[in-house]
Amino acid sequence: MYRYDEFDHALVQDRVKQFSGQVQRRLAGEITEDEFKPLRLMNGVYLQLHAYMLRVAVPYGTLSSRQMRMLAHIARKYDKGYGHFTTRQNIQYNWPALKDIPAILEDLASVEMHALQTSGNCIRNVTSDQYAGVAANEVEDPRIWSEIIRQWSTLHPEFSFLPRKFKFAVTGAPEDRAAIRVHDIGIELVKGKDGRTAFDIYVGGGQGRTPMIGKLIGKAISQENLLTYLEAIMRVYNMHGRRDHLFKSRIKILVHTIGEEEMRRQVEEEFAAMQKDGPVELPKAEIERIQAYFAPPAYETLENDPAELNEAFEKTPAFARWVKQNVAAHKVPGYAIANISLKPVGGVAGDASSEQMEKVAELADAYSFSEIRVTHEQNLVLADVPQKDLFALWQELDANGLGTPNLGLITDQIVCPGLDYCNLANARSIPIGQAIAKKFEDLDRQNDIGELKIKISGCINACGHHHVGHIGILGVDKKGTEFYQVSLGGSADEKTSLGDITGPAFTEDKIVGAVENIVETYLSERQDGERFLDTYRRIGMKPFKEKLYAAH
Amino acid sequence: MPLIKDGAFVEDKWTYADEEGPLPEGPVIVSLTRWHNEKEALAARTAPLGIKLLSGEEPKEIAGDLDKFAVIALDFPMFKNGRAYSYARLLRERYGYKGELRATGDVLRDQLFFMHRCGFDAYEVSQRITIDGWKEAMDEISVVYQPASDGRKTIFQARHGG
Repeated sequence: MYRYDEFDHALVQDRVKQFSGQVQRRLAGEITEDEFKPLRLMNGVYLQLHAYMLRVAVPYGTLSSRQMRMLAHIARKYDKGYGHFTTRQNIQYNWPALKDIPAILEDLASVEMHALQTSGNCIRNVTSDQYAGVAANEVEDPRIWSEIIRQWSTLHPEFSFLPRKFKFAVTGAPEDRAAIRVHDIGIELVKGKDGRTAFDIYVGGGQGRTPMIGKLIGKAISQENLLTYLEAIMRVYNMHGRRDHLFKSRIKILVHTIGEEEMRRQVEEEFAAMQKDGPVELPKAEIERIQAYFAPPAYETLENDPAELNEAFEKTPAFARWVKQNVAAHKVPGYAIANISLKPVGGVAGDASSEQMEKVAELADAYSFSEIRVTHEQNLVLADVPQKDLFALWQELDANGLGTPNLGLITDQIVCPGLDYCNLANARSIPIGQAIAKKFEDLDRQNDIGELKIKISGCINACGHHHVGHIGILGVDKKGTEFYQVSLGGSADEKTSLGDITGPAFTEDKIVGAVENIVETYLSERQDGERFLDTYRRIGMKPFKEKLYAAH
Repeated sequence: MPLIKDGAFVEDKWTYADEEGPLPEGPVIVSLTRWHNEKEALAARTAPLGIKLLSGEEPKEIAGDLDKFAVIALDFPMFKNGRAYSYARLLRERYGYKGELRATGDVLRDQLFFMHRCGFDAYEVSQRITIDGWKEAMDEISVVYQPASDGRKTIFQARHGG
C-alpha cells in the first residue's frame, strides 16, 4: 500500500499544527463557535447531538495493521472503546473531547493518517473497490488513481469552498462495488485505444433528497489528461453550481438543470482552455512511483482448493457456511478474499471495539500481508488469505464476534447513525436495523432468501443509501412520530437503479412486518435462481404493493 | 477596511464608487454595471481605475478590458462562497492580468492561504487579523500538491526534480 514520503508527512504535520492552533484559539475564546465551525469541518470535526464527532479518513478504504492498531488505541484512550466504520470507508469516533482532538491527530499522523477533508464543502476522501488489486478482471488497481486524486485534491486552493461537499469513487473492475454512479464524480478504469489505462468519468450522480444516476461525461480520458479534466469539471461546478439553496447545490442539480450535453460542452471547453493555460501535469515518473506501492505482494505458489480446506468443510459445517457466504474468489491460485462482517445480529452496523480492531490487525499480520480494507457496506476485508489458512482465520474471527456468515444477506445492512447520534436525523435507524436482523436471525432462512440488501437512512440526506437498497427504508418524522417509508428495487452496482416507493410509510411497530411481507412475496414469486432484485425487476411493484397494503 | 498588500498593512488609496452619480476624485473602483454603462467616460479619466466583480460576474466579461484596470476586486459575499477562487485563477492564468487582485467581503484569516495561491495579492481584512497572523497563515502549510497561480513548486515536481 501507499507510504508517505517526506512531502506527504510534512503536509499532514503542518496541518495538525495548524488545527491545534485553531483549537487553542477556540478553547481560549479568541474565536467564536461560528468562526470555528468551518475550520473544524475542514478537519473532520462535527458537533453532534451529544458531543463532538471526529471522522478519520481511510483513503480508498485501505489500512495497514499498524494503522488499525492505532485506530483501536484512539478508541480506547479517547473514546468509549469502539469506533464506527462508515459508508465512505472512513471511521468515526462519537465521543472525543475537543481538547483531545489535536492529540488524536498527532497519533494519527504518526501512522500516516489524518482527518483532512472528511467534512466540509470540499473534495472528500476518495473511495474505491474493496477488492482492488485482487479482483480477477480489473483493468488496474484503482487505488493507484485514487491516491493520485487524493494528493491532487488535498488542500486544493481553488476547490476548498465548493457549493457543497464533493465525493469521488473509483473502480477498476466492470463489477462496480464502489457505487460510482451515485457519486458526484465516479471513475471507471477502462482500456484506452493504446491499451493503456484510461478513465470513463461519470458526473452528477448522488443520493440525498434528489437521487440521480451519474452521466458519462468524459470517455476514455488519458492518464496525462486526467487531473486537468477533473479540474475542468470542478471549475465548471465551482463557478456555476448553485449557492443560494443548500438542497440544490450538489453537482447533480447542475447537470440535471443544464443537461448532460451542455455539461459536457462546458467541461470540454474549459478543459481545452486549461490545456493552454497550463495543464495539471502528472509526471510519468510519479505514476510509476505510486504504481510501485500497489505492486502485488509476494504471493506463494499455491494450489486452489487445498485438501485441508475440504477436510475442514466436512468437519465444520459452520465454517463451510462462512466460506460460502463471506469468501470471494481471488485472482491468484490458492488465495481467497475473506470478508469480515461487522453486522452481527444485535450489533450496530459498522461498529468495532478496540479489541476487535486489534484482533483484525493481528489476523492481517498472520494471514493477509498486514493489510485490511474497509468496505462502503461497512464491513472489513482481508484480501490476500491463503485458502489453506481460512479455517484458522475463521476460528479466530468466530471466537471474537467477527465470524457472522451474512455477507450480502438480509442482515448485512447499511444503517446510518440516525437519531441516536445525528442532529440531522428525523428518526432512529439503528434499532430498526436491529429489529429486522433479529426477525431474520435464522441463518437457513437468510440463506434461502439469498442476496438482499437492506439500506436504512434516518433522514432524507440518505447517508444509509436507502435509494439504492434492494429494500430501502427511510425514516421520516410526522408530527413528532417516527415513520418509515419503504422503497424497492434500488441498486448501486454496475446496473445502478433507484428504488421505487411502495406507498404510505409504516410506523415503528409495523416496519419489521412490512419487510417480512415483502420477503414472503418475493419467495412466493421467485423463479429458479432469481435474486430478490431480479424478481422485482421482472414482476414490478404491483404484487408487493398489493400484499403490503392488503389489510388497509 | 484595513488592507494587506505585499505582507504589510498599507493605506488604501482607492474609493468604491456608487452605482451612479458623480465619481469621487482620485483612484476609484467601479461596479461591472457602471463599467458597462460608462465605459468611454471611465476610460477617459486620468486617475487610476479599478473594477469590482460580484459573485456571478465572471472574468470573461472584462477579459478584453484588463489593461484599463489597476485593481480588480473580487467579492466574497460569504467566506463559504468560493467562486472568486476560480475567477482569480482565470484572471491570472488565462487572461494574463498583472495588476492588483484584491479580495473583498468576508475575508477571514484561514482563507488567506488559498486566496494567495489563487493569485490574490491584496486583502481587505477585518481588524482582528495582525501581520503576524497573516504571515503565519502564509507559512503554516509548507508544501503543496497542486500547481496554481502562485507558481509554487509542487510536490509532484519536487519529487521528480522538476
